[in-house]
Amino acid sequence: MTLSGASVLRLGRGMRLREDKARGQWVVLGPERMFVPDEIALEVLRLVDGARPVDAMVDDLATRFAAPREEILGDVLAMLEDLAAKGVVTA
Amino acid sequence: MTVPAAPPAAPLAAPPAAPLAAPPAAPLALLAELTHRCPLRCPYCSNPTALARPGEELDTATWARVFQEAAALGCLQVHLSGGEPTARRDIVALVRAASEAGLYTNLITSGVLTGEAKLQALAEAGLDHVQLSVQDAEPVSADRIGGYRGGHAKKLDFARLVHASGLPLTLNAVVHRQNLDRLPQLIELALDLGAGRLEVAHVQYYGWALANRDALLPTRAQLEAATATVEAARRALKGRLVIDYVVPDYYAKRPKSCMGGWGRQFLAVSPAGRVLPCHAAESLPGFDFPNVRQVSLQWAWEDSEAFNRFRGTGWMPLPCRGCERAELDWGGCRCQAFALTGDAASTDPACALSPHHGVLSLAVDAAIEAGTAFTYREPQKIPG
Repeated sequence: MTLSGASVLRLGRGMRLREDKARGQWVVLGPERMFVPDEIALEVLRLVDGARPVDAMVDDLATRFAAPREEILGDVLAMLEDLAAKGVVTA
Repeated sequence: MTVPAAPPAAPLAAPPAAPLAAPPAAPLALLAELTHRCPLRCPYCSNPTALARPGEELDTATWARVFQEAAALGCLQVHLSGGEPTARRDIVALVRAASEAGLYTNLITSGVLTGEAKLQALAEAGLDHVQLSVQDAEPVSADRIGGYRGGHAKKLDFARLVHASGLPLTLNAVVHRQNLDRLPQLIELALDLGAGRLEVAHVQYYGWALANRDALLPTRAQLEAATATVEAARRALKGRLVIDYVVPDYYAKRPKSCMGGWGRQFLAVSPAGRVLPCHAAESLPGFDFPNVRQVSLQWAWEDSEAFNRFRGTGWMPLPCRGCERAELDWGGCRCQAFALTGDAASTDPACALSPHHGVLSLAVDAAIEAGTAFTYREPQKIPG
């Protein structure tokens, strides 16, 4: 799946982002699958809501992490394409 | 950046001054075998050959307590299985109890007992995912393998209901010599039914399947064709269909990390309440498996002799002891070791380093000469 700044994503069918209190982390639970996002992926996944386009997610991240917007856009698109291939997110 | 299904690292903590026995890491998933009742009679059923009677089954309130205890212990997912879990009249209440406990709730079903109204009730109760078994892509063969006439057509109807409901669907195809040639059609079927995931599960040979091994073991040519089919389909269907596939033990050089290691990630509770490190372990002799009617899930997991017996690497014989793969495959499958060597504490013969490895190729040779008749799974029939 090729994504752009205009893409709108939501969690894939059956995917749930949940706190895993026993292990002090957040996880994405899916059909017979579990993903443990790193800190950056977790920040991105929290912004995936089925309404906000990638551009708006990147604006939010660029503000909060005071990083160059173009760099963040490239990283976020690559990350989301990887997550889409795994079924964690979908357009 | 993401790690699929990996055991989470233990939280960092200062090491104790003296070496204390730390409690084992928390389990990730609970398999709840709600009943052994099932309208199908698959000859490779993973239930023990000594099936639980309906009168022995745990009641609704006990299962609800088990789900709460599992979540408190650290489980994230529950697989509601059987037998056929929807044969329980309280299945909707059980799904609700699991969901309210905060568990990701997966129904592992044959689909033949569930119509639109029940499926809707299950979805409303908080069901997260449905895993549907199919026996073949070809209806006559599928019904013969499942030992249930008309079953395949009912499964297709059920799969369409699941897709329409918006619930995610996994198709589980147990494969063997008598259906493996139709793997391309099984992949097509998964796509037609809107499944997001396909499990191509080679039969595991213990219990009922061991009794039917001669009729089920695939040939090497079949296996190689199937592996090539899966690899091509994974490339072509990337992003559309996830395909899980593991090469069967009988053609392997190294054993699988069965259950991710005994008592490391996973626990099962049988219909009668016994807590097990894997669903097949109940058939191992010389164990006193704890029962949720008497003990907490936490005690069973952390303190019971049964869970500690093969936990870690201390129990391992040669060639596992000191092997660089000891903490990768954890010695393989205890049930397969027992089935093929008579000793559950021996190295899984799937390992080429096992002195018993030769029994696997002997079994393959014998199966190629054998016929196709099944001993079907039935309560009164105990295969020798």
